[in-house]
Amino acid sequence: MSEALKTTNEERQVLDQAQLRRALIRIAHEILESNPGNTGVNLVGIHTRGVPLAERIAGFIEEIGGRAPSIGQLDIGLYRDDLSRRGRPLMHQTIIPVPLEHQTVILVDDVLFTGRTVRAAMDALNDFGRPRQIRLAVLIDRGHRELPITANYVGKNIPSSLEEQVNVRLEESDGIDQVVLADKGNR
Amino acid sequence: MTTTSRTGIPGTRPNESSLTLRRHVLDLDDFSRDEIEEVLKNTDVMREVLGREIRKIPTLRGKTIFTLFYEASTRTRASFEEAGKIMSADVINVSAGGSSVEKGESLYDTALTLQAMRADMIVIRHSDSGAPYFLARHLDAPVINAGDGAHAHPTQALLDLFTIKNHLGKIEGKKVAIVGDILYSRVVRSNLWGLTKMGAQVTVCAPPTLVPPDFLAGFPEEHAFSNLQVTTRVEEALEGADVVMALRLQLERQKSGHLPSLREYARMYGISTQRMKLANSGALVMHPGPMNEGIEIDADVAHGAASVIEEQVTNGVAVRMALLYSLI
Amino acid sequence: MRTLIIKGGQVIDPKNGLNKTADVLIEDGSIIGVDAGVNKNGAEIIDAKGKVVCPGFIDLHCHLREPGFEYKETIATGTLAAARGGFTTVCAMPNTDPVADSRAIVDFVLAKAADQGVVRVLPIGAVTKESKGTELAELGELADAQVVGFSDDGHPVRDANIMRQALLYASSIGLPVINHCEVKSISAGGHMNEGWVATRLGLKGIPNSAEAIMVARDIELAELTGGHVHIAHASTKGTIDMVRRAKESGINVTCEVTPHHLTITDEAIMGHGHDGDPYGQLKDDAYDPNAKVSPPLRARADVEAMVSALKEGVIDLIATDHAPHGTVDKQTTFADAANGISNLETALGSLMSLVHLKNIDLEGVIEKLTVAPARLLGRDDIGSLSPGTPADVTIIDTEAEWVVETSQFASKGKNTPLAGATMRGKAETTIYNGRIVT
Repeated sequence: MSEALKTTNEERQVLDQAQLRRALIRIAHEILESNPGNTGVNLVGIHTRGVPLAERIAGFIEEIGGRAPSIGQLDIGLYRDDLSRRGRPLMHQTIIPVPLEHQTVILVDDVLFTGRTVRAAMDALNDFGRPRQIRLAVLIDRGHRELPITANYVGKNIPSSLEEQVNVRLEESDGIDQVVLADKGNR
Repeated sequence: MTTTSRTGIPGTRPNESSLTLRRHVLDLDDFSRDEIEEVLKNTDVMREVLGREIRKIPTLRGKTIFTLFYEASTRTRASFEEAGKIMSADVINVSAGGSSVEKGESLYDTALTLQAMRADMIVIRHSDSGAPYFLARHLDAPVINAGDGAHAHPTQALLDLFTIKNHLGKIEGKKVAIVGDILYSRVVRSNLWGLTKMGAQVTVCAPPTLVPPDFLAGFPEEHAFSNLQVTTRVEEALEGADVVMALRLQLERQKSGHLPSLREYARMYGISTQRMKLANSGALVMHPGPMNEGIEIDADVAHGAASVIEEQVTNGVAVRMALLYSLI
Repeated sequence: MRTLIIKGGQVIDPKNGLNKTADVLIEDGSIIGVDAGVNKNGAEIIDAKGKVVCPGFIDLHCHLREPGFEYKETIATGTLAAARGGFTTVCAMPNTDPVADSRAIVDFVLAKAADQGVVRVLPIGAVTKESKGTELAELGELADAQVVGFSDDGHPVRDANIMRQALLYASSIGLPVINHCEVKSISAGGHMNEGWVATRLGLKGIPNSAEAIMVARDIELAELTGGHVHIAHASTKGTIDMVRRAKESGINVTCEVTPHHLTITDEAIMGHGHDGDPYGQLKDDAYDPNAKVSPPLRARADVEAMVSALKEGVIDLIATDHAPHGTVDKQTTFADAANGISNLETALGSLMSLVHLKNIDLEGVIEKLTVAPARLLGRDDIGSLSPGTPADVTIIDTEAEWVVETSQFASKGKNTPLAGATMRGKAETTIYNGRIVT
C-alpha cells in the first residue's frame, strides 16, 4: 500500500507506522544477507534521528537471528563543510563503543539527500580508526545528490522536488512514527 | 552589534543552538541560563574529542584566530591555542613582548591591523578592564575576553561551572565558597554571574581590605547578587560548602598595603586540611591557577583527593573549543 | 558710532537685580542701558523676542591647551568654542607646555588671545615652578603679567607647607589659589568614582575622601594664613559640608562646580546602552573613555548634593573645566584614556536640563555664570549689563532643541559623554565687546 495519504493541507504522508516498521525490518534482513558470516556489524546512527533508527534496526537484526550489532552515535556538527551560524543545530555526544579498526560499519540516517551529511560522517568515522568497510542505511532516499554517494540499504525511495521537504517523525523524538512530504518552510 | 541574549526569540527553534546569534563573549552577565547550559553540554562533546587518540577535527579549517595577550599568561593562552589548533584553525599569537605592542602601538591600531588581516576571531587578555569592549566596538570579528583587568574572565568561569557540574551533577542549590582577593579578581566577578544564574549559593570571603566596599554593604533584594553572602571569616565561608574555590593572591598586595604579610594571610585565610573539615564531605577544591602553594592553599589540599584543579585545566581547553565552535 | 539694540528679550541681569522684558542698547562696544522701547536711528537691531538676554558668561576654569598641546585645542578654537557656548570670558589654566609659571608664557597667551581669540582670555598662573609642587613660582611677576589667580590644576598642591606659603604669598597680592583637591596616595591607580559601578566594571575606584581630605587641609590653611583658597571642581557631598562650615566661620574659601558634576553620574561609564539596572548587562559601548574625568563623575547622592548646594548658595559659581583632548588621547581603554570633557559647547545645554526639571531657576544659573565669577575675580566691569561696561551679552533660546554632534564642535576636543544626546536650550547669539561673535 503505497497510496499517499493526505494528513494536512500541506503534508502528504508517505509512510505510516506499519510501513515504517516493515521498511526497517527489510533493511535488517538485507544487512544480515550481506553479512553471511554473521560476524557482527557495527551500526552508527547519525544524530539526531539516525540514532533511534540504528537502535531499532539492531533490535530487528537480533530478532531475526543475527548477532547483536554494536550501536554507536555520531554528531557530524564538527565535520560539516557548510558551517553557518544561523539555525545551527544543537550538538550531541558522539559515542563509538568499540574500536572500528578493520570492522564493517553501517552508518544509519533518516533521509539521504545531498550526501553532505554522509560525507561529513565518513570523515568523522575515520578519526576513530580505519574501518574495513563503511556502508550506508537510510530510511528514505529522496534524490538530489550533490556528491557521488549512494546508499546500500534504502527503506523507501521518494522522488521529491527541491520545493518539498521530507520529514521523518519517530516515536522517540516526535511522539509518532510517520514520514511526510511537506512544502518547504513548514516543519 | 549587541550581545543581547537571544533566548526565546522567534526563529530559534527548540533543536537549534541558542548561541547562534551571540557575537562576543565579553562576560557572563549577558548569558542566559540556556546559553550557559548549552556551552556546558557542548563542552562535554569536546571532551570526547580530547579523549581521542588523534585529537584533530576539521571544524575551523581556514579560519584564523588571533590571540592578543597584553598580560603574561601561560595556561589561558596555551589553552586557547590548543583549542584552536585541535579544531584546525590557524592560531596566531600576538603577545606584548617583542611585538609592536611593546613599541607603543595603540590598541586601536592593533585592532585595525587585525581587521585588515581578516581575523575570524580575536581572543584578548589585557590588564585594563574593558579592553575587550573597546575591541568589540571597533571590530567586526567576534571577540572573546580571556581576562580583562579586575573585570571579567568568562571562559574561566565557564570551565569552573563545567567542572562543578561534571562532579556534582548539578550546580543549582550547591554551596560555593570563594576565598581570596575578591577586590581585584576577575575570576570572581565572572563566576558570580555564572554561579548566580545557575542557581548556586555563593559565599565570598576575603580580608576586609580585599573586598569591594559595596560588597561589604550588602545587596538590595532586586539585585542579581542579592543572595550573595559576604564574609571576612573563612570558617563561616567554608561551613557546609560543596565547593571551595581558592583564588590566587597577587604577591604585590602586601606591598600595596592591603595585607600585613603573606604569612598572616596564609594563617587567616589559607585553605588547609583542617579548614576543609568544615566543608561538606566530598566537597571539591578548585583554584584558577597558578597557585601559591602554602599561601592561599596548602599543598596537601591542592593535590589531595578532593582537588579538581588539574582537571580544570583540561576542561578549559574543552570549554574554549565549545566557544570557538559556537562563535565562528 | 556703532549702535546695536537687542529688542524685546527677557533681560536677566542678576547683578542689577533685573529680570524683565526690555531692550539693551549698545554703543561702541559698551552697554548704554537697559530700558523699554529703546529706539535709535541707524541702529542694528537684534530681535530677541521670546529669548533670554543676559551678561556674557565667564568661565573661571578652562584649558585652552596652547602653547604645547595645539592638537587638543588652540586659543583660536577654544575661544570660538567658548563663544558658541555663550561665554565671553575664559580663564585659561596654566597646565600648558611649558607650564605658565613665568611672565613669558603668560605674555604669549595674552598676545595670542589678542591676536586670535574671539572672546576675553584671562590667564591663570602656576602656583609652583612647572607645577611640580616643590618650589613657588614667581607669583609676584605673574601677577604683574595680569594673571587672575594661581593654580597647579591637574596636579594638586600636595605639600601642605608649599600650599601654606602659596596662600600667604598670594594673599598679599590679593589673588586666590585655586586647588585641584586630590590626595594622590588614595586615588592612585583609580580611574573612576569608587562605588558599585567601579566594582561592576572592575575599575579601581577613587573614594570621595581623596577630595575631601585635601579640602579639609586647604580650609585649615586658609584659616591659618588668611589667604583665599578656591576649591576647583567640587564633586562630593563631604566637600560641600566642609565648605559650608568654613564659610560660616568666616574662612576665605570659595568653590566651583562643573556642569557634569551637576548632571551626570558615574553610571554613564557603563554606556548609553546600559539599561539602568545596577547589575544589568553591559553592552559593547561600556567603558566610555569620554566619561573619564578628574575628579571622576560621582554617584547619584553626590550629584544630588551638588545641585542642592548650588541652590543653597554654598557653591559660589559654575565653571566648565573644559578639557579638550585629541582622538588619540581618548581612543583607547578606559584606564589608558586621558581625563577630561570638552565642555564649553554643552555647558549651557546641560545646565538648562536642571532648569527644565525645575531643580534650579534660570536666574540662579545665570548668576553663577556671570556676576559670581566676576566677583571672585574682583572685576566690576564684566558679568553684568551695567551701563558703561563692555558689551558682553549672551542671548539664550531656552527652548531650542538640538543634538550634540561633536563633528560640529568649534573645539578641537570632541571628547564628551554627551555625544548624540538631545539638549533643550542653547546660546543663540554671543556678543563680545559689542560685536556679534556667533
